[in-house]
Amino acid sequence: MAERIATIASRVGLHARPAAIFAEAAGDQPLEVTIALENEPAEDALDASSILSLMGLGAAHGTKVVLRAEGEGAEAVLETLAGILETDHDAT
Amino acid sequence: MSQLFSGVGVSAGRVIGPVRRMPEPIAAPADGAPLPAGASIESESARLAEATAAVAAGLKARAASATGDAAAVLKATALMASDRTLLKSATKLVASGTCAESAIWEAADAVATQLGALGGYMAERATDVLDVRARIVAHLRGTPAPGIPDSDEPFVLCAVDLAPADTATLDPARVLGLVTSDGGPQSHTAIIARSLGLPAIVAARDTTSLVDGDLIFIDGIDGTVVRDPGTEESALAESYASREALPGFDGSGALADGHLVPLLANVGSGADAVAAAAAGAQGVGLLRTEFCFLGRDIEPSHQEQVAAYAAVFDAFDEAKVVVRTLDAGADKPLPFLTDDTEPNPALGVRGYRTDSAVPGVLARQLDAIAEAAAGSGAEVWTMAPMISTPAEAAAFAALCTAAGLKVPGVMVEVPSAALLARALTSEVAFASIGTNDLTQYTMAADRQLGALAELNDPWQPAVLHLVKATCDGGAAARGGFRPVGVCGEAAADPALAVVLVGLGVTTLSMNRRALPAVAAILKTVDLPLARRLAEIALDADSAEAARAAVRTALPELDLYGL
Repeated sequence: MAERIATIASRVGLHARPAAIFAEAAGDQPLEVTIALENEPAEDALDASSILSLMGLGAAHGTKVVLRAEGEGAEAVLETLAGILETDHDAT
Repeated sequence: MSQLFSGVGVSAGRVIGPVRRMPEPIAAPADGAPLPAGASIESESARLAEATAAVAAGLKARAASATGDAAAVLKATALMASDRTLLKSATKLVASGTCAESAIWEAADAVATQLGALGGYMAERATDVLDVRARIVAHLRGTPAPGIPDSDEPFVLCAVDLAPADTATLDPARVLGLVTSDGGPQSHTAIIARSLGLPAIVAARDTTSLVDGDLIFIDGIDGTVVRDPGTEESALAESYASREALPGFDGSGALADGHLVPLLANVGSGADAVAAAAAGAQGVGLLRTEFCFLGRDIEPSHQEQVAAYAAVFDAFDEAKVVVRTLDAGADKPLPFLTDDTEPNPALGVRGYRTDSAVPGVLARQLDAIAEAAAGSGAEVWTMAPMISTPAEAAAFAALCTAAGLKVPGVMVEVPSAALLARALTSEVAFASIGTNDLTQYTMAADRQLGALAELNDPWQPAVLHLVKATCDGGAAARGGFRPVGVCGEAAADPALAVVLVGLGVTTLSMNRRALPAVAAILKTVDLPLARRLAEIALDADSAEAARAAVRTALPELDLYGL
């Protein structure tokens, strides 16, 4: 199981627009990816391709989240997705 | 056989067209209703999956044809419709024997409740989840999706009332006019109709009986709707269609005798201001600063505010720009200023009143306005909304002075401010009347309630008396004459504009689209006539009588189809 911690960069947190961008990217990956707030048990992790689960996390700017995936290329997939979370999509 | 309905005309124009009804809001399915007869868990799950996919595809297609923010919102909504977690929890309910409609309803409800509990911005997104849910249920039932109907031929849109979300996608090329059975003259429907230049009638109660395909005539001037119109209505519609084109606004508002009435624009952003300047506006009579920051959870930074205001000032070099400080509250909540648990927000801590509840925001805004003003050629005036007492006016003027802003003013929206206008305006340099709120507070009639549409009319003689009291107070202020402008919807009604000038109003500020009509009608009267018409309106017993008497004296209204 690969893990990657990412810090939310969007200024108003993981709201609809950044969540949409991330959910779509997560859905496009060949692996199932989960997301959870840091320090939450892994079994409570949510489907990272679900925009509603992402928004329901209530992750604000600066919140740390854990991405997890299993299988070939998991590290690279998580790196790509973490990059999206660490971009400020409200800056445009 | 023709059938007549009557309502309140809120945007001029006479047209004939087929009815398309705004679909009814989706009724909630019964809690935990069982699978339909003959359905299996598998077939019902498949039906649900098909519905979510179809709704997602429809929203995605609309996103592709939209641009900017609208496209981003539609795309996010499409993802909600095809959300795997939502489908999974709904499918689980189907597996326990619940029908697809009730399952998706309950599953989406849980998500919306969770988002609502997060508060602020996320809570607002709960509405999107409920909208998606309604679309999925409509698809399952085979009923029309909520929202503006699709139609190739232009139509008259009939609804109970229209919300901002409904009208965001309204295409003026396909919609000939608007008719609502609810809503009032200050409702969102009325405002959007005037800004799009569409004839509109609100509070026409019996029009709920109109159905898709009915041919109707609508008269946005006298507020009538006729089903199966005859030759008389056809002639009226034809004469409206062949109305004299309004001359463009030449950038100089004046009466026939040369009495100057500067015509300004109401704007909410730099882009609005550029469009208003291009339309000939002689300045900005109302910059709604809260529109620069709606939907924001946190106070905008100093630099961000300076940039937003400078964008407006830059469009009006050497012209006047009246900045209204944040008017948060009631229908325009700003989470960093307003308390959304107030039982009666229209009478609550809103406008200037938020300064004592959340001190500092106003002073910081004034600093940002002052910095933006210093860097521009615009003549910047600053006013506070919801001022009720001379002491508040004095306190606001002191804050402006501290920030280095030279022309402080107040909005007159509360009857107490109009009644004490002399004392109030003595503390400041000018006043501007917000007729929408002044009407709602004078008549004690909620702007949003269709049932009170007749009370909520700025032609109400009681409201006109308060306008006069404000102008008289400004003229008698200690230290000399204080100008009194109007920046509410009333200024955009050409006939009422004449009355306002006759009452002593010095400038009129409106939606830029209303400038040509108001300018054209003001040009047809001189000051003595405007004053006579104002007297007639003040003496009328009702809003209808005032409007009818004044309109009779202004024949050019018909010439231009206004």
